[in-house]
Amino acid sequence: MPKQVGKIVLARRELENSYELDVYLSSGGYEGLRKALSMNPEEVTAQVVESNILGRGGAGFEAGRKWSMLKSATRRYLVVNGDESEPATFKDHFLIENDPNQLVEGTIIAAYAIGASRAFIFLRGEFALGLERVQEAINGAYKIGALGRNIFGSTFSLDVVLHPGAGAYICGEETALLESLEGKRGFPRIKPPYFPAVIGLYGEPTIVNNVETVSNLPWIVANGGGAFKSLGEGRSTGTRIFALSGQVKNPGLYELEMVKTSFRDLIFSEELGGGLREGRTLKAVIPGGVSAPWITPEQIDLPLGQDEVAKAGSMLGSGSIIAMDDSTCMVRAAWRISRFFMRESCGQCTPCREGSSWIEKVMARIEAGSGREEDLDLLMDLCDNIVPGVSWPPAQTTICVLGPSIPSSVAVGIRMFRDEFLTHIKEGGCPFD
Amino acid sequence: MSRFEQQVLAEALEIVKLYPERKSATIPLCHLAQSMDGYLAKDAIEHIAELTGTTSAEVYGTASFYDMIQLRPVGKYVVGVCTNIACMLQGGYELLEEAESTFGAAVGETSSDGLFTVEEVECLATCDRAPCLHVNYRYFGPLNAEGVAKLKEDLVSGHLSNEVPIHGVLSRVKRYAPELIPMDEIDDLRVRDDASKAERAAAQRSGNA
Ligand SMILES: Cc1cc2nc3c(=O)[nH]c(=O)nc-3n(C[C@H](O)[C@H](O)[C@H](O)COP(=O)(O)O)c2cc1C
Ligand code: SF4
Ligand code: FES
Repeated sequence: MPKQVGKIVLARRELENSYELDVYLSSGGYEGLRKALSMNPEEVTAQVVESNILGRGGAGFEAGRKWSMLKSATRRYLVVNGDESEPATFKDHFLIENDPNQLVEGTIIAAYAIGASRAFIFLRGEFALGLERVQEAINGAYKIGALGRNIFGSTFSLDVVLHPGAGAYICGEETALLESLEGKRGFPRIKPPYFPAVIGLYGEPTIVNNVETVSNLPWIVANGGGAFKSLGEGRSTGTRIFALSGQVKNPGLYELEMVKTSFRDLIFSEELGGGLREGRTLKAVIPGGVSAPWITPEQIDLPLGQDEVAKAGSMLGSGSIIAMDDSTCMVRAAWRISRFFMRESCGQCTPCREGSSWIEKVMARIEAGSGREEDLDLLMDLCDNIVPGVSWPPAQTTICVLGPSIPSSVAVGIRMFRDEFLTHIKEGGCPFD
Repeated sequence: MSRFEQQVLAEALEIVKLYPERKSATIPLCHLAQSMDGYLAKDAIEHIAELTGTTSAEVYGTASFYDMIQLRPVGKYVVGVCTNIACMLQGGYELLEEAESTFGAAVGETSSDGLFTVEEVECLATCDRAPCLHVNYRYFGPLNAEGVAKLKEDLVSGHLSNEVPIHGVLSRVKRYAPELIPMDEIDDLRVRDDASKAERAAAQRSGNA
């Protein structure tokens, strides 16, 4: 039986008032930063490279490699991505509210390693309590000398600024996030340049890292990149927070060693998901946020590892796993996901803007019982117009990868549950209503 | 209503100072405006444009892109019910119906007593408490019909006035910190840091040679 690890980013989970600075300091807080400041920035980067931590924001890019790509310039910025809005993803929200000091310490460490001129923590505007807690943590850091001029007596000086978003999923995409931070609409930028590390905030080289990625840094520096790398397997090193939701007995966050646990264990083992409700069977699993193609109950022995899930034709993405049981209407599930994309498309690219709303309309009419048999071909055709060949990983025809994510659930839904779609059409209604 | 005045204006000026470019303060200032009026009033748009060195059209253009920025008056409490996938699987749409009838407002509308505006929202990153909703961005869940009724009672009676503050997610966010280090001072420091880094690299190369 897999044991819940929970030793790195969620280490303070059981502590009362874990968000308070005193609690943080008495549980190892700021030891990572002190150690980092005793090293050169390039030595800190080397530890992060050695840890091989993959970014936790969804794309899974090695954090150390990203830092090494930062273009040299007098001004450069660090922006922490706390926009978490991917459906069924709720790990950053927890870290932000419950361990904001760890986030701030990680931010300072990253800023030191890359020599940031200023660091911004971009939080989703809806995280009202999170905004309060992170600002408190920043205030506390100034108070103890971890921010401002000559941090902990060193020659390093830095300011960290908290920035609230205002409700737009697309602002999680890093170039949209930077536009938003510049006071504009959250329109993703046209690539190339592919990375903000070349042209980012205010046109300067910028590193964007996810909240969970950054929250791991104090531990990595304090314990060494090698210690982190000794957990997990292959390219998927360390632990990762998996957010489990849907029709399981114990939805919640589970920090697990990567690769060492399977989807089956996460969903069914007693000390983790606890299985489904009485008398229910598993119908499908969404393995990494709603952009990811679903996997079947036959595939759930797959390990929770980035490359492993990719090989199976899906992705681990943001690490959010949704279990759906046999009481779920798959047409409705796919429809709701398409509705999400329709609402959140920023509207810049035709395939994304038009495709998402067409797909939503056709899905809605099938679910409502007024679909036609040709609708299934129409849906596949629409998917093909967004992603030629409906391939996975998707070919990109749009400015950002929101567009190419739209077909996943619809195409896989039709492939896996064609009969269920047809029943809706033939019976003129939803059999689950 | 409503330009920034006195205390709020002082806060607004502090916020503008946090950014190398003033325009970045646009969204934070919109939140600040909502703490006064609940929505982004026309005068506030003009004032934000003045403070950020932009135009009203630019502020409006930015603000209208974002779901949290209200462009017309709202109730004292905005209730946002999540119907996204994890909540839907646990009864999110049933919760939405319940909220509409309990709070007395259809989606997008405000109850006749002016207390509640009901919205259907996307995932609130609180999916382990599905089905859930927010009231002025404070989260409640999992909720059933009774839970919604109780929530309304507590809001109306003032029981939750501490947990659920007024509009504007920045109303309780206060920065206590020294003035920011001027950017040109930081620039000098980074030039120095980069020079020592280059020296170390050179020393290592000659050491290896
Ligand atoms: C549509 C879209 C939404 C995204 N949302 C988020 C998000 O909410 N949080 C996040 O950290 N990354 C998100 N990302 C990924 C970011 O673009 C970026 O890769 C990430 O923040 C980099 O951090 P990491 O390398 O530490 O993972 C999103 C990407 C896309 C295309
Ligand atoms: S793919 Fe969609 S969300 Fe991304 S830039 Fe294009 S229209 Fe906007
Ligand atoms: S799906 Fe409702 S909070 Fe995430």
